[in-house]
Amino acid sequence: MKLEGKRLIWQDYQKEIADDHYFYARSCIRQTFFPGAEAVFVKILKDELGKDIHDEQHHTSCTGIGYHSDVVPFDTTMTVVARQFALMTEAGYENYAASCVTSFGLYTEILDTWHHFPEKEAQIREFLFKATGREFNKPKNLAHASDIVYKFRHQIAAKAKYKLVDKNTGEPLKVVEHIGCHYSKMFPHKGIGGAEYPYVLSGMIEAWGGEVIDYPERRHCCGFGFRQYLVQANRGFSLSCSKKKFDSMEPYEPDMIITNCPGCPMFLDRWQYALSEMEGKTYGKNHNGIPVFTYEEVAGMIMGYDPWEIGLQVHQVPAEPLLDKIGIRYDPSRKFKGKNGEDLGMPESPSYLKFYAE
Amino acid sequence: MGELYSRLADDIRFAESLKACINCGTCTAICPAAEFYNYDPRVIATTVQSQDDEKIRELMSSDVIWYCGECMSCKTRCPRGNAPGLLIIALRSLSQDMGFFTESEKGRQQLAVKRTIGDQILASGYCVRPDMVDPGMHPEQGPVWDWEHKNLIPIMNKLGANYNGEGSGALRKISQDDLDELQRIFEVTGGQERYDKIEEFSKEKAAEMGLEFGTDTNSEYFQHIYTANNQKHNHG
Repeated sequence: MKLEGKRLIWQDYQKEIADDHYFYARSCIRQTFFPGAEAVFVKILKDELGKDIHDEQHHTSCTGIGYHSDVVPFDTTMTVVARQFALMTEAGYENYAASCVTSFGLYTEILDTWHHFPEKEAQIREFLFKATGREFNKPKNLAHASDIVYKFRHQIAAKAKYKLVDKNTGEPLKVVEHIGCHYSKMFPHKGIGGAEYPYVLSGMIEAWGGEVIDYPERRHCCGFGFRQYLVQANRGFSLSCSKKKFDSMEPYEPDMIITNCPGCPMFLDRWQYALSEMEGKTYGKNHNGIPVFTYEEVAGMIMGYDPWEIGLQVHQVPAEPLLDKIGIRYDPSRKFKGKNGEDLGMPESPSYLKFYAE
Repeated sequence: MGELYSRLADDIRFAESLKACINCGTCTAICPAAEFYNYDPRVIATTVQSQDDEKIRELMSSDVIWYCGECMSCKTRCPRGNAPGLLIIALRSLSQDMGFFTESEKGRQQLAVKRTIGDQILASGYCVRPDMVDPGMHPEQGPVWDWEHKNLIPIMNKLGANYNGEGSGALRKISQDDLDELQRIFEVTGGQERYDKIEEFSKEKAAEMGLEFGTDTNSEYFQHIYTANNQKHNHG
């Protein structure tokens, strides 16, 4: 599709994103695998952009993974989400910012359900009051955290020390963007750019100097599939989906993958390792993989934050080839050290995927 | 209209997911599960739309309803605005409420999901936590995760998390008061009842299969359902 056509579609899928005063709900998966990414998000909003963001301690999982692996009933999930809204209300906020795409999709689905079935909303309010004594207002504005970074992408670019550009050639880096399915596949009008040509990450990539790769399986699921990964016997499904994407993007020689869902970067990272062990296959040059990042990590990278402070060392596919290409400075000897330089040992080297350690 | 169809039709997701399917197969064309498994969401919609209780019962007792990954790609593309993925959620809910899920290899796995993700939610307030992702159960996580898992406290500290700490921040300890509220929500809304049913029906199945049931992830039955794959689920 020509870029002009996409821009016309993008114009139809714009959404309002609050300018300030966010109630931040963390993601189980992002905290587990990329806690540095959430720390970068909070730091950029607070310290770089001067925004007010409330980091709520009492919120729990929205139960989304339990709901989509079908062990948690919808009424239960809706009532847990109602409790998150109650915490937002009690804290004096109206703008809900979700770190998780599964949560964001669920909040969107629940608000839509309540819109179409007001009697269900009334029942959930009763459930919540009976269980906790709490009451709530619905959010005035609901955004995924990537929407907020998208909104401020130009301000971030203005403060950045680096661009997504090859330091030797001056050419833009070739970037694959991968959007979590539940960001907009269910409710296209709730995502920037819609479901077929979402713009939330493409907008960041363009603003930060990179070039977006359009490849055949761009919109294909990463393969999480909830129960399809959670149960060991089903993981072939998950791996196969990711492989299909890698095979499809490989001819375009991407420098990196950026994702907005917490789970996708973990799968796209780990399955490259698994495929390398199973088949001796790597998707980058010289036995490197294609590094996979969250959008917060990429924002942190171009802002010049220390790669080992934001957590790039906990990726299985090493980030070093990309850092070198951009010219981002880092100390290789500190990669696997603790906060104050303490020795934590180091991971074993994979059989095929290139390993970087000093 | 049969009883099973009637119970499905009572599910709010059913009303949102199936409005006169025209059998075009667009959902099957976009479906990642249909690429991988012997799975066809178009047939699911057709079967349910038939309102034939015998066929619906057979469907809910089979592996087929457990193949979907709930990515909801079908929702985007359906020209009628249907969502076979949502229909699957309604079918899975009823299958668990009525105990049909233990009749298939893929359905039996629900006990594994309940004892991992399900129990973790109530015990910690998180669906997933780093200590739960055991490298032995997750060899695909690779050597970096293995290293991280051995050094969780210093690494989480370096990355700005508040691992098991009081107050706010990533991976903070969720207070007992908050966990108690979560438990009460599960009790009031049917979440605990769903968990109990999964355990009860699975226990009956374990006895029928002659496998030790236990209460954790080390039991014979858990290990069986977590790893068993008869290799008959995929395209040939």
